[in-house]
Amino acid sequence: MNTPHPGLWAVLLVALPLALALAAYVAGRRIRPILVWIAPLAMAALVTGLIHSLIHQGPFRYEVGGWAPPLGITWKVDGLAAAMLAITASVMGAVCVYAPGYFAGSFKTAGAGKTELFWPLAYLLWASLNAFFLSADVFNLYVTLELMTLGSVGMIVLAGTAESLAAALRYLMLGLMASLLYLMGVALIYASYGSLDMVALGGQLRGDPLTWAAASLMIVGLLIKTALFPMHFWLPPAHAGAPAPVSALLSALVVKASFYLTLRLWFDVFPAVARPSAAQFLGVLGACAILWGAIQAFRADRLKTLIAYSTVAQLGYLFLLFPLAAAPAVAKKAWLGAILLALSHALAKAAMFLAAGRIQQLAGDDRLDRLTGIGQRAPLALSAMALAGVSLMGLPPSGGFAGKWMLLVAGVQSGQWWWALVLVAGGLLTAGYLFRFWAIAIAASDHPSQRVPVNWRMELPPFALGVAAVLIAFLATHAVELLEIGAAFPIGGTGEVAP
Amino acid sequence: MTAFTLYAIGGVGLFAMGLFSFLAVAHLLRKILALNVMGSGVFMVLIAIAHPERAATQPANVDPIPQALVLTGIVVAVSATALALALTCQYHAETGRTTLPEDSPGDERSDR
Repeated sequence: MNTPHPGLWAVLLVALPLALALAAYVAGRRIRPILVWIAPLAMAALVTGLIHSLIHQGPFRYEVGGWAPPLGITWKVDGLAAAMLAITASVMGAVCVYAPGYFAGSFKTAGAGKTELFWPLAYLLWASLNAFFLSADVFNLYVTLELMTLGSVGMIVLAGTAESLAAALRYLMLGLMASLLYLMGVALIYASYGSLDMVALGGQLRGDPLTWAAASLMIVGLLIKTALFPMHFWLPPAHAGAPAPVSALLSALVVKASFYLTLRLWFDVFPAVARPSAAQFLGVLGACAILWGAIQAFRADRLKTLIAYSTVAQLGYLFLLFPLAAAPAVAKKAWLGAILLALSHALAKAAMFLAAGRIQQLAGDDRLDRLTGIGQRAPLALSAMALAGVSLMGLPPSGGFAGKWMLLVAGVQSGQWWWALVLVAGGLLTAGYLFRFWAIAIAASDHPSQRVPVNWRMELPPFALGVAAVLIAFLATHAVELLEIGAAFPIGGTGEVAP
Repeated sequence: MTAFTLYAIGGVGLFAMGLFSFLAVAHLLRKILALNVMGSGVFMVLIAIAHPERAATQPANVDPIPQALVLTGIVVAVSATALALALTCQYHAETGRTTLPEDSPGDERSDR
């Protein structure tokens, strides 16, 4: 029997959510209850199929529509892309189960019809994320980046407040500006090399001034989108002001997407241009982000603002990868560690925002001084936050621990102990601001606790994500095996891609 | 000076002007216009790249790929501009303001 071409899975991974987006927009609430369950299950099956064929048939390339580059667009599937697709499916699936209860409970009166728009936008975001992770064409990546921004902005304003409008506008403006910087870089790359295919570009880039200019424009554009300190100021209002399921998607997936592309460009396309001094600079910015994000999280007076600043800090860790990977001996360990950290942060942060949404609904507010003793009323949501917090702090055993440990070892082995110091200090700071919330949440409340029945549809998804963020530590060896398939990593990896 | 360099320099100039204006002005409409000027700059550079004397294809014809990129880019720019304008209108209707809070020192946050 013929096995299906692995490209089939990839095509369906983009086509299905796109079709769902159209269906959800046209048919609206009549078919939504069915879609809510079909979408996560079907997408999980597709990702499983893709990973299965990846393991058995190796990494592959797919020419969309049968058009070969330079005219056509190439998709490339390797372990890293598959891992990002799998994490997208996990977080999106949990959000799909969670969102109906959230919108029904939080938007009872005004704008109930408007929140129906969440579904087409969420499926559109899913399609653009999947296309983004699959694509190996720098211009196609620009288009999917823009699609992601448009979908995200549309979902932020669903909160319906003037603050969320301002946050969405700020996010949109900076996102568009960053995309144009990236696009100018793409134009300069095409002017020099006549190709848009990342694989073809990888081998031939020179270190001339025009390439430097192009690389700087592209990387700076992506850093703005990844909210690396000091370009993070747009993130906290946007992520904290959005409805909770949207915050989860933005913090867990959308900022990871631009980080993913930075990683790909840095190691696959620009190794001839990426100077060690630039890598050290990114590391310093990452360290500043860890410190500044933690301080702001500690000073936050709202739960969701606290979690959003925690994202700024956690993104900082990912950028420690660049100076650590500059040492060839530990480059692979640092690369794997940073990706594990990104994956477990996606799970943990989605769990936190979803649990925060439930807590906000129960307390009627997410101001920290109103949340005294909230743990008694939402024990399962608080457990989800605790599990996610274990991973964020990097306590063993958790995905965050596995990732940070690999970065720590890479730092010590390459003699760059100051980055190891930053990692340890960052973990303590994270513990600081998370315990501040927990102390409030488990404190004895003034009024006798009213027992609230557990809302399973809203509390089980964040709990499952929290469990996954911890369990990923036990699956770390499997995750590493997956990530090594066709590792896009030139030093120490195979770096080969089957035709 | 060939047509290519003229267009390319013009494009980079437009891009830089747009970027400066985007960062310097506070009014949301002007920011949206600045983004469109930046975009036009990139498109000009891409059109210049497609010029026959630069084309990657042999024999020297107009390179179709940058032109396809510009067409796609225009579609993206139109939808993004439409969304930005719609949000700006809604923001103005709800708050009566035409600038983002942190860009308008005279309004609420006079401490900055």
